[in-house]
Amino acid sequence: MKPSLDTHSDMAGTVWAAWRDRLARLIRPLRRLGWLGFLLRRLAGALPSLCGVIVVTFILTRALPGDPAAYFAGPAASQSAVEEVRHALGLDRSLLVQFGLYLQDLAHWDLGRSVSSGQPVASDLLARLPASLELTVTALLLATLTALPLGVLAATRPGSLVDHLCRIVATAGVSLPTFFTGLLLSFIFYYLLGWAPAPTGRLDPTFEPPATLTGFYLIDSLLAGDGELFFACLGQLILPAVTLALFVIAPIARMTRASMLGVLSSDFVRTARASGLSRPRILYVYALRNALLPVLTTLGMVFSFLLGSSILVEKVFAWPGVGSYALEALIASDYAPVQGFVLALAVLYLLLNLLIDIAYGVVDPRVRLEA
Amino acid sequence: MTEHRVPLLKVDNLHVQFSTRRGIARVLDGVSFHLDRGETLGIVGESGSGKSVLFLALLGILEGNASITQGSAQFGGFELLRASQSELANLRGRELAMVFQNPRAALNPIRRVGQQIEDILLRHSAVTRSAVRARAIDALRQVQINDPEARYHAYPFELSGGQCQRVMIAMALACRPALLIADEPTTGLDVTTQAAIMALIRDLTKVRQMATILVTHDLGLAGESCDRIAVMHAGHLVEIAPTARLFSAPRHPYTAKLLACTAYGAESIEDLASVPGQLPNLTRADLPPCRFSERCNRQLAACALPLAYQEIGPAHWVACCNPERAEEAA
Ligand SMILES: Nc1ncnc2c1ncn2[C@@H]1O[C@H](COP(=O)(O)OP(=O)(O)OP(=O)(O)O)[C@@H](O)[C@H]1O
Ligand SMILES: [Mg+2]
Repeated sequence: MKPSLDTHSDMAGTVWAAWRDRLARLIRPLRRLGWLGFLLRRLAGALPSLCGVIVVTFILTRALPGDPAAYFAGPAASQSAVEEVRHALGLDRSLLVQFGLYLQDLAHWDLGRSVSSGQPVASDLLARLPASLELTVTALLLATLTALPLGVLAATRPGSLVDHLCRIVATAGVSLPTFFTGLLLSFIFYYLLGWAPAPTGRLDPTFEPPATLTGFYLIDSLLAGDGELFFACLGQLILPAVTLALFVIAPIARMTRASMLGVLSSDFVRTARASGLSRPRILYVYALRNALLPVLTTLGMVFSFLLGSSILVEKVFAWPGVGSYALEALIASDYAPVQGFVLALAVLYLLLNLLIDIAYGVVDPRVRLEA
Repeated sequence: MTEHRVPLLKVDNLHVQFSTRRGIARVLDGVSFHLDRGETLGIVGESGSGKSVLFLALLGILEGNASITQGSAQFGGFELLRASQSELANLRGRELAMVFQNPRAALNPIRRVGQQIEDILLRHSAVTRSAVRARAIDALRQVQINDPEARYHAYPFELSGGQCQRVMIAMALACRPALLIADEPTTGLDVTTQAAIMALIRDLTKVRQMATILVTHDLGLAGESCDRIAVMHAGHLVEIAPTARLFSAPRHPYTAKLLACTAYGAESIEDLASVPGQLPNLTRADLPPCRFSERCNRQLAACALPLAYQEIGPAHWVACCNPERAEEAA
């Protein structure tokens, strides 16, 4: 049995590679378009992953335990009623037809309905996505802004206090689970010190949320010119964002340090020093920009950690994002929201990687102009 | 009063050591030489003999684990070894410029070559932002890069190795330094490009009356371009002489062996490592005073005495107590 499986996957691999090559040939002429071509090539490159994600979410829902038809029909339904529901849901059709229906639904932005809320999953997710994004993006920014200088300092002064601090923060950040850090931070800053507001979501109920323009409360409140509201939102955001950031400072700082050390001992930095360029210019224009390339890759990886751990952090801080939504749905065996959540996260992750590819292209001309 | 001319560069008894995991490596041990204005000096020696370390030390850009324990280096009367980092940084690229081997790696891979030249011009000369571009393109034109306006925008990966080395030379010469140090400028380039790069360095330095130090593995190459040649072995400068003299009457056994491996003017140049034996481990505590003695077949009891230089002919110095006999009268 096993060998035949292997040949099967081998064959799939070859077919896959052939398609990839064909795609690559197809998009190669885009090189002449410069930046636009680069973007189009990257977009085209994300297509296969998107298809993969769609297939996987489809298979995932079919593989989940339980009979959705029985679930939808309710516990008191008769056998024939269940069959009726099964027919209505299309679950009695062949898998291929079901997949076609699924694709059709996706094309209409239809992710099914949540049983618990009775709302379409797509609109539920859309309403909650800005909250999650605001949290994770803020956390990523916080982590990057802390980790980059930390890593650079550690690299320029190896063996110094900063270097050791960097290592300690790195170890602590990774070894503490995020929900624990979250609870600890709220215990200290809300319960003991009273510096932070109660961990009850995006905004204290005494405030009216800002008019929705971007869905990010921080930006919307600024656009509305309401400083008081801005600080209220910021106050709510800070603890969960710090909790998430603490978790990913370590990998970013470590990568920055390692990459910076490598670049600082490279030939072109020696040339820059031999040319008498000033230290800041050598460090930030010559070394750091080159060192950023592997850091960017790490950022992509780290963002997926953030998306994953945001589920628990949202729960701890009662943050009304997609993570807590999916968690509640999962506990209630409400599978459509879970499926929608997985799909949304995967698409988000693809988008982020696209963004990182673009950032790579900005920093590294070799990526933009070659390949 | 007795000096009729002050040399451009005068290095005296330079000692450099590195602290490594295996102990202290005494990589330069009492190196002395001088260089006049407009002169071209060749530095030859096998890999690991300390040629690069010597010039990185003079420029003040040694790695953190290095220390200069002794010596002095006067550049135009200015003491390099006791200068502050900012004083040295002002000199580097302006008065003292260096070209490295492997030009593609020696250029910033993600910065346009024109901008890299501009960085140096803006750092060292009172050139305005609007004029700097023309100066950079001019610097590219002087190293005979074709279509310098277009090359200005190129990234190193878009240029050939030879073109990258031309860019490196343009960078080094952009501020018209008094001394150019070319550390194996042609290693890794193909033979025709090597010749072109060497001709370029020769022509440019002659026109500008710049002093040049050419560091190389290649005795033949040094013989073609240099007024004098210094031979280094394991951190010692073992012999220094006018080129013709060094080739016709080498006195240090190491030089003689090197020359035996490389026929003067021969087309193909053999690697210097073809001298039998290898460099001693520089972290050893029991290094003999003469670091060549263990590879030498002219050893005497006197070789265990401290190393001494003797002037064995006009401008010909050798660090050996039992030098080869001169075949011809000096
Ligand atoms: N940072 C360092 N730490 C420890 N040892 C070093 C360091 N840099 C150089 N060395 C040692 O110094 C010695 C001389 O090195 P150097 O690079 O000057 O040789 P070189 O003559 O330029 O050789 P090549 O012809 O290969 O360029 C070598 O033995 C090397 O191992
Ligand atoms: Mg070297």
